[in-house]
Amino acid sequence: MAVDESPPRPRVRVVLADAAARRVAADHGSADLAEQTPVGEALVKGLVRAQLALALRLALVVAAGLGTLPLLFAVAPAVGEVKVFGMHLPWVLLGLLSFPFLVLVGAAYVRWAERNEQDFAALIRRPEK
Amino acid sequence: MNPYLAPGLILVVLLTVAIGAYGLRFARTTSDFLVASRSVSPSWNAAAISGEYLSAASFLGVAGLVLRYGVDVLWYPVGFAAGYLALLLFVAAPLRRSGAFTLPDFCEVRLRSTALRRLATAFVLFIGCLYMLPQLQGAGLTFATLTGGSYAWGALVVAVVVTANVAFGGMRAITFVQAFQYWLKLTALAVPMIFLILQWQSDGRPQVTPPAGAVFHAATTVVVEQDAVLDGTRRVEAGETLRFEAGDPVPQVSTVDAEFGADWLLPDGETSLFATYSLILATFLGTMGLPHVLVRFYTNPDGASARRTTLVVLAMVGLFYLLPTMYGVLGRIYTPQLLMTGSSDAVVLLLPEAALGDGHLGRLLGALVTAGALAAFLSTSSGLLTSVAGVIFTDVLRPGRNGSIRDFRVATLLAASVPTLLALYVSDMDVSRVVGLAFAVAASSFCPLLVLGIWWRRLTDVGAIAGLVAGGGAAMAAVLVTVLGPPLTGWVAEVVNQPAAWTVPLAFLVMVGVSLLSGRRVPPDVGATMLRLHAPESLRG
Repeated sequence: MAVDESPPRPRVRVVLADAAARRVAADHGSADLAEQTPVGEALVKGLVRAQLALALRLALVVAAGLGTLPLLFAVAPAVGEVKVFGMHLPWVLLGLLSFPFLVLVGAAYVRWAERNEQDFAALIRRPEK
Repeated sequence: MNPYLAPGLILVVLLTVAIGAYGLRFARTTSDFLVASRSVSPSWNAAAISGEYLSAASFLGVAGLVLRYGVDVLWYPVGFAAGYLALLLFVAAPLRRSGAFTLPDFCEVRLRSTALRRLATAFVLFIGCLYMLPQLQGAGLTFATLTGGSYAWGALVVAVVVTANVAFGGMRAITFVQAFQYWLKLTALAVPMIFLILQWQSDGRPQVTPPAGAVFHAATTVVVEQDAVLDGTRRVEAGETLRFEAGDPVPQVSTVDAEFGADWLLPDGETSLFATYSLILATFLGTMGLPHVLVRFYTNPDGASARRTTLVVLAMVGLFYLLPTMYGVLGRIYTPQLLMTGSSDAVVLLLPEAALGDGHLGRLLGALVTAGALAAFLSTSSGLLTSVAGVIFTDVLRPGRNGSIRDFRVATLLAASVPTLLALYVSDMDVSRVVGLAFAVAASSFCPLLVLGIWWRRLTDVGAIAGLVAGGGAAMAAVLVTVLGPPLTGWVAEVVNQPAAWTVPLAFLVMVGVSLLSGRRVPPDVGATMLRLHAPESLRG
């Protein structure tokens, strides 16, 4: 919580209203956001750009991992003949491995997207840093 | 007939109605009906989204396609699952934060345009009907195949059960029903598959594609349905009965389109790269534009939980799609007669009895997969009906005013009547093909609208309308020609039957181009909207 600005004082019992009042005082960032100041606009643009870059990067991973397979099978038919555990490679890749691959990419996205949002929230709450 | 069948099906319908009625006890206000008062936990919600999504095309159609065409059609299940990844990456959290309940709502929130809202409503209704039609047809055909009863009764029974459940229980009840149906569908494919694999082991692991060609596993009788030529030499006439002994080779029937041997086993030139990439685009990008999928996101409490829910859905749907492929592959060994009759969509229903014999085990498992198929028809058509009725309720019946629960029930009846009537009169359309076309229309209309609307500030209402009309309109026209028009050949057929590869880029290009030309129409409050879509809820005042 943002308590840096308050002068040193003896230990006090924290009351809800008290904490809320102090938070409002420290929240320049929220005010910037709500009032659509240039600073607020720039902050939101930064967040949108970060999230979009993350989504596009992971979409590219899927496009490279799955999207190139039809082309690969067409250009190098020999790949289709390779056997893994008694099954032909295209069956293993598409029927089996593609699903955990998609879930892994999704899990990575959720993790990083939440981190982007936490960074953004931290920036808004403590704009001076 | 299988004696376990009728009790199993009645049990599914009774359970559906009972869980719906249980939910009804909590449904008191309009908000309960539409969004379950946003009090559904993420795991319930994820199971409900998955249950709603896994339709007849997934439960029966995918296995049927694999049985016929082999490795080339594995892109269907992969694409159906990957659609949720695209939804997660580009749409889930911002859409939830926008507070939009339907796609027309999103148009209003983002671009403040009534004209765009009406156009979006038209697209939701078109996609909803197009997607619901094959569900009812599939129900009718399943009833006809298994009970020998009439097609119309099967379609009607499912339509009536679904309409009553949605009209009286609304979204709250439907959430519990859908979640139950996901687990039912998964069980109905997974449990029989365990026994099928054990049977395959004890049969000495017969090869799926023996070098000498496919053979019958057991003595089989096949009734020829239309005049054809067997193996290019022997003529047979409609109505003729053919008997095969165990070990006899499976003949290729000239009227049935299917692949054999290496064509089936390996990726080949049979399916062109254009068609494959078109299918990938349609399924990867179409999921986010399906009306019944988006409605669910509003039941999440905030953007972060919308993202987590989507991830769980992706895992649940992916787990399910491992199974239909195995049915298609084992069907190659135990039900090769379906390759002669062409009714390959029935492979999931017939495989347990064909492989395990018609003792108690085979029949019980056969009844279980049929119950799962019924759950598939019920859940997807319930979800579609709720969302289409929601759009009729908010945009057609009483635009701009708050309606009552009675109005929602009227809207449900209206929404159910069109596809039901269509299903009664049109019975010969291919189930999986119609579903694929619905994905193509969704991918060429709502996908660009959502992605650009969420990530690009300079989108304008005029640009969005132009893109919807150009891309979505072209896809709609291709659908109508494919479904109603004359059969096409050559590259024209490919471009029209799998339109996504050109209609999706067209929609994006037109939307971006016209928006740039009409730059002055960018909504003045776009900054505030972007903040609302992307900033975490904890920062709101």
